Amino acid sequence: MHEMGIILHLAKSLEETAEKEKIKKITRVTLEVGEVSGIMTDYFTDCWDYFKKRHPVLDTAALEIETIPAVTYCSSCEKTYPTVQYGRTCPHCGSGETWLIQGNECIIKEIEVED
Amino acid sequence: MKIIELKETVTASNDRDAAVLRGELKEKGTLLINLMASPGAGKTTLLERTIRDLKDRHRIAVMEADVDSDVDAVRIEKIGAKAVQAHTDGMCHMDAGMTRRALEALGDEPFDLVVLENVGNLICPAEFDTGAGKCVMLLSVPEGDDKPLKYPLMFSVSDVLIITKTDVAPYFDFDFDACVARAKRLNPNIEIFAVSSKTGEGFEAWENWLNQAVKDWKNEPGKTIKEN
Ligand SMILES: Nc1nc2c(ncn2[C@@H]2O[C@H](COP(=O)(O)OP(=O)(O)OP(=O)(O)O)[C@@H](O)[C@H]2O)c(=O)[nH]1
Ligand SMILES: [Mg+2]
Ligand SMILES: [Zn+2]
Repeated sequence: MHEMGIILHLAKSLEETAEKEKIKKITRVTLEVGEVSGIMTDYFTDCWDYFKKRHPVLDTAALEIETIPAVTYCSSCEKTYPTVQYGRTCPHCGSGETWLIQGNECIIKEIEVED
Repeated sequence: MKIIELKETVTASNDRDAAVLRGELKEKGTLLINLMASPGAGKTTLLERTIRDLKDRHRIAVMEADVDSDVDAVRIEKIGAKAVQAHTDGMCHMDAGMTRRALEALGDEPFDLVVLENVGNLICPAEFDTGAGKCVMLLSVPEGDDKPLKYPLMFSVSDVLIITKTDVAPYFDFDFDACVARAKRLNPNIEIFAVSSKTGEGFEAWENWLNQAVKDWKNEPGKTIKEN
């Protein structure tokens, strides 16, 4: 249950931030989620709605997800290409020696809080 | 309303817990190894042989992150090392909090080396710092030499890659040179060993590395924050 595990950590990270910054209510959380991070956004949002109720600082917070496109680098021809469209085989030269350079992340970008 | 920019990973709180745990283990002189691999890659078999060889030299314990059964813990206890089941709360990985609880279950006895056999999976465990001093991953010959291409994060976070089941290499088309080159490209500092837990081939080099790592962990000044 990957999504659930991440939500638990997200909630904990946010609670710690709230305590440190003396925040009473977080009203919105914006995440940057990579296209191939393996996180299913629908399921993720459901988990969030379920878990936020357990944390008074978060219980009304909306979860916003911004998708980061996945980009792969080909070490044979040194070009990049969109991962989701072409997968692991380079569309420029057909090589399989390719590496994901972006699109696997899950970052808390910003939060909106009550003054 | 006010916007606060954070730009931290969702697992930031886990990363902090892990750094604290690593510091405590450093103080105690206990090297914790996070052992990661696919299901059936040969984690427990490697540990059985390693413990048999080194148990007179180091005080060793194992924490088995088995979801439901204690078969692996029982196998380890038969060899003569202390073993506990680590509870993953139904998750696909161990995090620093679960690791701390598993260490508590081992009791107050001092250990030089504690190995966490993580959940069998090449994706999720790589994303969660457990507080281990070293990360060791196993890749068995039947899985194929293309795994660094498919699971780059696991190869990037590991300090050591052990290619196991070399005794069956004649039956597979595993290309060792290609695998090593792929792993090194992701992680130039990764140490690589090729072993067979059946025949013992390659164990000397791996066990030498392990002996040195246990010694260094006790002697080298603390650097407990992970950078990657
Ligand atoms: N031929 C050969 N077989 C091995 C080797 N290492 C492990 N095996 C076999 O591979 C199978 C799985 O080994 P385990 O050590 O249980 O693997 P594991 O990674 O601990 O498995 P899980 O904990 O279930 O994920 C067993 O049948 C072992 O006997 C090896 O070096 N060579
Ligand atoms: Mg096992
Ligand atoms: Zn190319």
